[in-house]
Amino acid sequence: MLDLTPEELTAVRLSLKVALWATVVSLPFGILVAWALARGRFWGRSVLNGLVHLPLILPPVVTGYILLLLLGRRGPIGQILADTFGIVLAFRWTGAVVACAVMGFPLLVRAIRLSIEAVDPRLEEAAGTLGAHRLWVFATVTLPLALPGVIAGAILGFAKAMGEFGATITFVSNIPGETQTLPSAIYTLTQVPGGDAGAMRLTAISVAISLAALLASEWLARVVERRIRRA
Amino acid sequence: MSLEVDVEHRLGTVTLQAQFTATGRLTALFGRSGAGKTSLINIIAGLTRPDRARIVVDGVVLADTGRGIDLPPHRRRVGYVFQEGRLFPHLTVRQNLTYGRWFTPASARWGSFDGVVAMLGIGPLLDRRPALLSGGEKQRVAIGRALLSSPRVLLMDEPLAALDEARKAEILPYVERLRDEGQVPIVYVSHAVSEVARLASTVVLLAAGRVVATGDAVDVLGRLDLMTATGGREGGAILDTRIERHDARYDLTVLSCAAGEIVVPRLDRPAGAITRIRIQARDVMIATVEPSGISAQNILQGTIAEIGRPAGGSVDIRLDCRGQALLASLTRRAVDQLGLRTGLAVFAVVKTVALADG
Repeated sequence: MLDLTPEELTAVRLSLKVALWATVVSLPFGILVAWALARGRFWGRSVLNGLVHLPLILPPVVTGYILLLLLGRRGPIGQILADTFGIVLAFRWTGAVVACAVMGFPLLVRAIRLSIEAVDPRLEEAAGTLGAHRLWVFATVTLPLALPGVIAGAILGFAKAMGEFGATITFVSNIPGETQTLPSAIYTLTQVPGGDAGAMRLTAISVAISLAALLASEWLARVVERRIRRA
Repeated sequence: MSLEVDVEHRLGTVTLQAQFTATGRLTALFGRSGAGKTSLINIIAGLTRPDRARIVVDGVVLADTGRGIDLPPHRRRVGYVFQEGRLFPHLTVRQNLTYGRWFTPASARWGSFDGVVAMLGIGPLLDRRPALLSGGEKQRVAIGRALLSSPRVLLMDEPLAALDEARKAEILPYVERLRDEGQVPIVYVSHAVSEVARLASTVVLLAAGRVVATGDAVDVLGRLDLMTATGGREGGAILDTRIERHDARYDLTVLSCAAGEIVVPRLDRPAGAITRIRIQARDVMIATVEPSGISAQNILQGTIAEIGRPAGGSVDIRLDCRGQALLASLTRRAVDQLGLRTGLAVFAVVKTVALADG
């Protein structure tokens, strides 16, 4: 059954690469934003909150189109990126990374934010009286205690990235070997006669990866939790 | 050591308005719950932002809102021992203890890790996690953690309140040792008169957000007008005495103070040691002639210095026993029958003497 064609194998590999990068790139930002939302008292907090959650409510195609408008070669940001840094995102696998990161961001932030909010602020106060600056308090107390949630958020983001379709196909299209991720490949296979077998194979792989990610996250979170709370 | 506090801060319906200067080794912020003690200590630590405050520790200005100074908590270098310990659950005891040391500039450090660990007796706990410690052990580690951040002043917010009597008795000697070593001034919040009587050198008495009295612990606790605030039914005077000699034959110890000699059941302390005792007002009887044929061992001579306002059937009286204040709680009828008035020479029959620092 798992006799993948070279094209299918490429799509699986690409999807893993894109999802991994999307997670790695968005995690630091996600942690910062989650911290700001959980503990920050600043003007524009609700605006930031809305902005972060936008990809969750908007149709993915719309998000993808907005990305294309902003980050496309002629887009206001895309042009600067291309002219100054030589970075082109549209119709490249790096663009798929951006699309997946943006789509997974709300899930990632939400999980991390909840776990940061669950950290007892009185412990942070105590760290402050011991001489730790707010950033140090975050690095040495808040983040370690919120680690299970950070892991859960990262895996959620990864799983979301593995399955992202609408925004990706709109922003970077469906180019085999460059931007044809697993969902795009499944979609393509269902559009051609005789593609059913391939679609089934990829579907099975997709389910397996998602399940494995979920189990891994549960297990990791448990291990970390035990290390934090017990001897 | 000197601590200068001048704070004004609205707390819901009451306004915390406290101004005092404390110079003792251990200053007790004393008062009922809701008097504003914890709010005050949080303002000193910088955890609560006050409406107006000036806080100076040993010449270092921690806050002076009038001049726009308000150091954040991490730059105040106050050690804070919280009621619930607040140890970091993800760190071992050793890591908890050294946490604050990281952030203290080397030039400002005092006290050694080994010294503090030995003093608090927490050596065997170093590799454990806080979750596996008993309540008393947690508090000892919390004290050590605060000390090892080399604070300018050590703030303790009812550090014993969450512990049972046995655990309290386990911690108190450590606090005393800390006070007597005198390396760091201590501000100790408590609503328990027994703790204050035992530990405090200076008392700041708070009620409804205001400072009612400040001064030497012996003086403040010996004041008649403050008896309701300081102890109520438990009120009484404290006396700093010296162990004069032990009486092996009767298993007694003789203490001496300005008021005279006081006999107590034998103490396991050397002669010459300073011992603080507490005599509750309801344990003192008054006689106008020297009593004889009485089993009570402690009869002190003095004069009536002050007669309080009657409350119900009873009246509180302050005696002056050669400079030492003693409080007595009598019935109104007894006061009338004996014809007690200020200036009258009387004898105080002390039924029970409690060791304040035992």
